[in-house]
Amino acid sequence: MGERWHGLAVDWRRSLQLRVVVSTLALSSAVVVVLGLVLQTQIAGGLVQAKQQAALAQAESSRFVLERDLALVDPDREGAAGTLNNALAKLTSSSDGGDAESTAAGVFQAVLTAEGEGEDGARAPSVGPVADVPADLRATVTKGFLAREYTTVTDGSAQVPTLVVGQPVRTAGRELQFYLLFPLTAEQRTLVLVQSTLVIGGLVLILLLAAIASLVTRQVVRPVRLAAEVAERFADGHLDERMTVQGDDEVARLAESYNEMAGSIQNQIRQLEEFGALQRRFTSDVSHELRTPLTTVRMAAEVLYGSREDLDPALCRSTELLVDELDRFEALLGDLLEISRLDAGVAELGLERVDMTALVRRAVDGVRPLAEASRTPLLLDLPESVGVEVDPRRVERILRNLLCNAIDHGEGRRVEVRLGADDAALAVVVRDHGVGLRPGEAGLVFNRFWRADSSRARRSGGTGLGLSISLEDARLHGGWLQAWGEPGRGAAFRLTLPRRPGGALVGSPLPLVPVDVTEPLPMRAPAPEPARAPVPEAADAEDGTAAAGVAHTVAHTVAHTVEPW
Amino acid sequence: MAGMRSRVLVVDDDPALAEMLTIVLRGEGFETAVVGDGGRALPALRDLRPDLVLLDLMLPGMNGIDVCKAIRAESGVPIVMLTAKTDTVDVVLGLESGADDYVVKPFKPKELVARIRTRLRRTESEPSEELAIGEVTIDVPGHQVRRNGEGIPLTPLEFDLLVALARKPRQVFTREVLLEQVWGYRHPADTRLVNVHVQRLRSKVERDPEHPEVVLTVRGVGYKAGPP
Repeated sequence: MGERWHGLAVDWRRSLQLRVVVSTLALSSAVVVVLGLVLQTQIAGGLVQAKQQAALAQAESSRFVLERDLALVDPDREGAAGTLNNALAKLTSSSDGGDAESTAAGVFQAVLTAEGEGEDGARAPSVGPVADVPADLRATVTKGFLAREYTTVTDGSAQVPTLVVGQPVRTAGRELQFYLLFPLTAEQRTLVLVQSTLVIGGLVLILLLAAIASLVTRQVVRPVRLAAEVAERFADGHLDERMTVQGDDEVARLAESYNEMAGSIQNQIRQLEEFGALQRRFTSDVSHELRTPLTTVRMAAEVLYGSREDLDPALCRSTELLVDELDRFEALLGDLLEISRLDAGVAELGLERVDMTALVRRAVDGVRPLAEASRTPLLLDLPESVGVEVDPRRVERILRNLLCNAIDHGEGRRVEVRLGADDAALAVVVRDHGVGLRPGEAGLVFNRFWRADSSRARRSGGTGLGLSISLEDARLHGGWLQAWGEPGRGAAFRLTLPRRPGGALVGSPLPLVPVDVTEPLPMRAPAPEPARAPVPEAADAEDGTAAAGVAHTVAHTVAHTVEPW
Repeated sequence: MAGMRSRVLVVDDDPALAEMLTIVLRGEGFETAVVGDGGRALPALRDLRPDLVLLDLMLPGMNGIDVCKAIRAESGVPIVMLTAKTDTVDVVLGLESGADDYVVKPFKPKELVARIRTRLRRTESEPSEELAIGEVTIDVPGHQVRRNGEGIPLTPLEFDLLVALARKPRQVFTREVLLEQVWGYRHPADTRLVNVHVQRLRSKVERDPEHPEVVLTVRGVGYKAGPP
């Protein structure tokens, strides 16, 4: 039942035609009902009016006849009843000898009666169905007035509506009361006929109106539906879909302007596609054109570098600088090309089933020389093995970036790497114990070429693009990359990836904000900002990023320099 | 190899890079010859009979890929390609057209020299070492591979790959291990090298490359030799 209601509601919302037909039905029903009622009232009124006039005329003429007949009759005398009967019979029996007569007023029954008692106490006789005359009417007429009243007369089993007209009649003796009873059966029959005609006519009219409305809206809705279908196909990427233009009416104009719009959209899309292709082409061209001379320069520099012992100190140092800066140049070029590939949307995910634990170990092993150079201990907390389907090249690059970043800003203190997983997702948290991040910086670290403190020396020679690329790589996997940092407590970066490609992330197996941070910091009592509950806040941010599919988490951060690379 | 200088044919359209390559390679004790366009690569190959070809993929006139195919059609000489692109399609195309290994520009001279030396180094062998996988027999010192007595021409790289697998018949080799043993990569490298060359090897030694019996795939791990 609920299903059906729901279905109807959906149809109601979706079908203009249904709405128009239903509205037409409702409105025309109302109109027809009102019109029918008015008509019926008018007709009934007219019928009754005519009957009443005819009845009054009949009563008048009947009285005239009766008075003439009874001018010499004293109703209280013996045998007067027979005279009265005869007089009434004469009134009513002229045609078929019964109690009915066809006149303008139709058939009627006559009653002649005398109220009260005569001078000598004799009871006057009554002729006709006196009992059918209502008492209040009799009272009025007895006082000498002409009166009429509608009443219901029981005739066997049928209730017959009746018009009763009463008036006094003069006789030789005292006044008599004369009543004529006009049954309204004929009028009632007419009225019933009129009513049924009105009802049937009304129903037919309503149905016809509904059918017409349906037909008319169909004419309007059909092209609209066609237009909607065309627009849907267009939206699905069939950019060549156009509406057929027929005639010169409003629908044709709609089709024309729709087609115009579709054409210009198609042009725009083509242009954008061309720009995209151009960008890709440019990327590839830059790649070749820059790389070939760079290779030559690089080799020349290495040759010089190889024989630097033979050079004087200034030349020797110059050669060293040349080689170092070539490394940076090369890294920058590589990152630029990578990010432009990501921007152009041509980066592809080379998915493989791998063990995440091994991948993390490999990334850690890759940065060991850097860690040893700055005497940074690397602490690992990894589960036995975590099977996952990712692009290992990209994930390793993300991890390497996070690790280098942590070593770079960890000030030689330990860097912790944690891997956690649940059924849907895995998370890697890289935590350093450097000076942390200033408020707002956790969101900025992913910006291209962003540096917290430009005066700060670069140790690992980052390009300023590493974290941006990492973020894009995480997004490419449908994952998150989030940062947290607080002054004096270091920073943490968390990578969360779905374990299966296309899996939706609802949460991360590991908290972004380290557990030790939830306890208050003893040294620095007055916190720069009022909020001091990083855990729930990070959770909020997590929800936000989950909704947006973006990966910055801005937790509290204070005083720290961070150079993403 | 001592005393005998290996000859490297450099096919590159960029004169500066070609000259620089020459300087570096001569410094490392190689003999070099340079051709500037792809069309002249093949005649030079026939004339000079180099021990290795260093081929830039971006060449005017003739596409580097086509040059690679043309060389491979008539010689098993090791080919190391220079590429500016790391995009999947370019590298795989180069490998499929017969290149043994590739170096991405910009590279360091040491890296290039290491790649070249690995390709020139021959598999050391015991005198009269003979291996067999199914119907295929391998005469290691003679660099001969036969199936049912019929010789199969393999490039040196394909030969090395087959020997590496055949020497330990029950062992499953991961791609990383093969990269180290055959290509000399000590660091993680492009596993597509292995995939492409296993395909090329199969197309030569297998009866039906779709249903390999000599080089078997171990799903999720790597490759191993079929039963002897």
